Amino acid sequence: MSGVDVTAVAKSYGATKVLTDITQSFESSSFTSLLGPSGSGKTTLLRIIAGFVAPDEGAVRIAGADVTGVPVHARNIGMVFQSYALFPHMSVAANVGFGLGRRGIRGKVAKAQVDEALEMVRLPGFGGRYPRQLSGGQQQRVALARAIVIRPDVLLLDEPLSALDRRLRQEMQVELLRIQRESGLTTIFVTHDQEEALTLSDKVAILDRGRIVQMGRPAEVYERPRTKFAAEFLGDANFLTGKIRGNTVEIAGATIATQDALPADGTSVTVAVRPEKIAIRPADSAGNDALENRLPATVSSVIYTGTALTYMLRTGDLHLKVFAQNSDGSPLAAGSAVVLSWAARHSVMVEG
Amino acid sequence: MIKIARLFLALVLVFLYLPIVVMAAMGFNASPLYALPFDFTTHWYQELAGNGRLIEAGWNSIWLAVLTSVIATALGTLAALALWRRTFRGRSILRILLLPPIAIPWLITGTAMLVFFFWTGIGRGLHAMLIGHVALAIPYVVLVVGTGLQTLRADLEEAAMSLGSTPIHAFFRVTLPLLLPSIVGAALFAFAVSLDQFVISYFLSVPGMTTLPVEIYSAIRKGFTPEINAISTILLVASMIVILGFARFARPGGIGERS
Repeated sequence: MSGVDVTAVAKSYGATKVLTDITQSFESSSFTSLLGPSGSGKTTLLRIIAGFVAPDEGAVRIAGADVTGVPVHARNIGMVFQSYALFPHMSVAANVGFGLGRRGIRGKVAKAQVDEALEMVRLPGFGGRYPRQLSGGQQQRVALARAIVIRPDVLLLDEPLSALDRRLRQEMQVELLRIQRESGLTTIFVTHDQEEALTLSDKVAILDRGRIVQMGRPAEVYERPRTKFAAEFLGDANFLTGKIRGNTVEIAGATIATQDALPADGTSVTVAVRPEKIAIRPADSAGNDALENRLPATVSSVIYTGTALTYMLRTGDLHLKVFAQNSDGSPLAAGSAVVLSWAARHSVMVEG
Repeated sequence: MIKIARLFLALVLVFLYLPIVVMAAMGFNASPLYALPFDFTTHWYQELAGNGRLIEAGWNSIWLAVLTSVIATALGTLAALALWRRTFRGRSILRILLLPPIAIPWLITGTAMLVFFFWTGIGRGLHAMLIGHVALAIPYVVLVVGTGLQTLRADLEEAAMSLGSTPIHAFFRVTLPLLLPSIVGAALFAFAVSLDQFVISYFLSVPGMTTLPVEIYSAIRKGFTPEINAISTILLVASMIVILGFARFARPGGIGERS
């Protein structure tokens, strides 16, 4: 059974197209991140699934039922807002119990479920406090408890961790994942933080200007980006543009090997190579490795961060970036002539 | 520097309150000509109790202020909700148009109302004064409630709806309780605007049916008696209670929501 299905959804505000023809399934019990820059339409998509925004076209199904025309309050969703949106005039217990009350669950039964939810977010005994007496992280947990206690068909998270500081955010990521696994809720998570998306999700959907450009498991999307935008937005990438000859791509001064299926000879294509996939060695040292691609280059600068090194390089008028481990403690100096090498399977052909 | 500033502030307060204290004290002084030495009496309050015109004008003032407050608060709150929570054509123009009535001299507003009410057949009297006072008080209510609404996050209602509240339930359970301090503040403001109103009341009243400020004014023209001091003192105490109530409910900075 499918958790959430979005079919051919489109939304415009005036002349601005916010979403164009989105069709996507979100599997039951899966954790999916909607990842994209601001203005990519990820929040609008989430609000369409929640019911706060009506799509101009298309349909939304939650747990098998068409809810396109159903108002928010009749959809059985759980939502966590960026600002938490806890009711300041109600105690933590009243906040968490709010949705239960709307479902006719009151008294002892409700209290037991509220306690259980607070237990789950590791805030047992906090029921009598008020939101203003809690820290940001605690408010976040209460918001989560309030959303999951009603056993929603889908849990929608709108950048819920963006207001927390870095350390707390990492802690909450772990908590969020644990709670999602324990509750088994179909979860859709909006974020612009790529690392967060990679760490948390079963699936990542990358949005660009109102379209889902790629969706898949984090490793799949990271290792085999389909478009230049996806490669660049999720991680770092070097782009090499050239013409196809046989089963290689010819760029200025070198031929690039790839394992991807290539179009006809003479077609212009772009290949993406992740900076950490490239090995770097001085030009005069022996190249005894089995890597198919070799590219001579000059170091323009090196960024030293202790554990790792970032080399900025130049070959012809092409600029490249390489991440290397600081394994021998003596980085190559700027101006050094080097050879870059990488495996054919790491040359990924991307669109536009 | 701070000492000088404090002294200055003290002088300002003395300057403001001394005449009021003298006025109140004279209501308890036996001499009808405000002559000293001070001779304590409650005679003027007894006289006041027998002064039907002043008493009736006092009750008129209070009823008018209560009705104005209720009507202006209801209408003004609805207007504020529309102006700050809905989007529609001309919203920003309507918001701006709220401000001039506060700045336009009451003499001009009063003249305009008198002419308009005469022309439309509404005429003069307590009903005309009520319409006038409500119209005057609404911009204040909209501004006070609107400011309260701005400190209230719109996603609170969305959160309630995501948990199963209908829009109406969300409004009554979440928005209204959080907005209540602002609404109470606005109601007190409207009450004070009506109770203090002289110019418009003067224009729209008919002889024998008027409010206290207008009655006091005509009494003063016939000659002072400390009865005026007595009723002024009563009015002053009542106003002070209202203002202190305002300060108590409408804490500056809204509803104390922190995140």
